[in-house]
Amino acid sequence: MKCDRCGGKAAYQMRHHHLALCKADYLEWLPARVERSIKKTSMFTQADRILAAVSGGKDSFSLWDILNRLGYQADGLYIHLGIDTLDYSSHSQALCERFADTRGLRLIVVNLAQEYGLPIQDMARREKRGAGKPCAVCGLAKRHIMNRVASQGGYTAVATGHNLDDEAAVLLGNTLEWKLDSLQRQAPVLAEKPGLSRKVKPLCRVYEREAAAYALLSGIEYIYEECPYAAGSKAFVYKDLLNRMEAERPGAKLSFYLEFLRARREGFLDGVQQEATAELHTCPVCGQPTTSAAACAFCRMVGQAQAVLSASPGLNDSKL
Amino acid sequence: MAARLELRGQVFEVKAGQTLYHALEKLGIAPQTVLPVRAGELITEDEILQDGETVKLVAVVSGGAG
Repeated sequence: MKCDRCGGKAAYQMRHHHLALCKADYLEWLPARVERSIKKTSMFTQADRILAAVSGGKDSFSLWDILNRLGYQADGLYIHLGIDTLDYSSHSQALCERFADTRGLRLIVVNLAQEYGLPIQDMARREKRGAGKPCAVCGLAKRHIMNRVASQGGYTAVATGHNLDDEAAVLLGNTLEWKLDSLQRQAPVLAEKPGLSRKVKPLCRVYEREAAAYALLSGIEYIYEECPYAAGSKAFVYKDLLNRMEAERPGAKLSFYLEFLRARREGFLDGVQQEATAELHTCPVCGQPTTSAAACAFCRMVGQAQAVLSASPGLNDSKL
Repeated sequence: MAARLELRGQVFEVKAGQTLYHALEKLGIAPQTVLPVRAGELITEDEILQDGETVKLVAVVSGGAG
C-alpha cells in the first residue's frame, strides 16, 4: 500500500479517513489533527501553561509528545498509586522519568502512599465505592491530585490522554443506562470554575489505534501491560462492541461521538444542565470545591485511612 | 509454508502467502485492535505473510486512559 501523500510505502492505514500514510507523513498528520481539535474547541493557546497527566501508557505519552512538538508549554504529572502487582507503578514512573529526561521536559511526581498514607488498593479496601476494585477510588484520587497540582503550580489547564475510543465507550455506557447527568458532563473541554482547573482532552478525536501507531512510529517506549485492576472493566466490553461496529462501518465510532457533541451543542441536554448544577462548598480540609457540606470525598477517604493507620501503627497494612 | 503471528505472548501459526488482514479475520482478531509489526517496522494489513516470518501484533485496547 502506498502513502497517499508522498507515494512511498505506507506504514499505517486509516479506513475511516480513507487514508494511508508513511511514517514521516503520519508523524506530521496526527499532530496537525490534534492542533485542529485544540483550536476548534478553544481548549487552550500557546500562552497557557498545561499540566499533562501521564501514566506511562501510549495515549498520555503521545499527547505529551504532540503538545511539546506543537510548541505548547506542557509539564507532566505522574501519580504513583502504589500498585505493586508486576511492579506496575514503579515501572510506569521509570518510563515517565525517561520520557521526560530524553526530551528535557519537566515531570512532577506525586506518590499517593508517601503523601496520603496508603497506596490505592488499601484506600479502596476501606471505601464502599472501592468494593473489590480500586478503579472508582483511583479516579477520585487522580482528579483530586491533578486539580491540586494544577492549582498550586499555576497551570491553566489539565490535559488527559482520553482518546476517541475511551470517549465513545463512556458515551455508549452512559447512553445504554441513560445517565443524563453524566452525558451532560462529557465534553472535550470542562471550563474552569473557582477552585477547579480547566480539563481538556486533546486526543478526543484520535482513535486509540492512531495514538498507539503514533507512539510506535515515534519510538516512544511505553508500558504495554494493562493496569492489573483493569481486567473485567466495562470499558473493554463497550470498546469491543464499538470495534465490531467499526469493522462493519469504518468511521462508526467517530460519527457516534461527534454527532453526540453536535447534539449537545445544539441543546439536546440543556434541561439536564440546569438539574445538574449543584451548589459547591469549600472542603474545610483541602480547600477544593465539593458538593458535600462537610469534607470532600477524597479527604473523607484519606481521613478514614489515616485513622485506621494511627489506631494500629504497628500493624502490617495487609492485616488491617 | 507458514508464518507466525504473536499477540500478548500467544503464538498463532497461519498460512503464508495470504494477506495479514485475511489471517487476522480467520483468527477472529479485529484488525482495529492491533498494530502489526514486522522486523521492528509497522506494516499495513494488505501485506502478504512470508514463509517462516513472525509478525508481532501490538494490542492497542486499554481499559482506561493511558
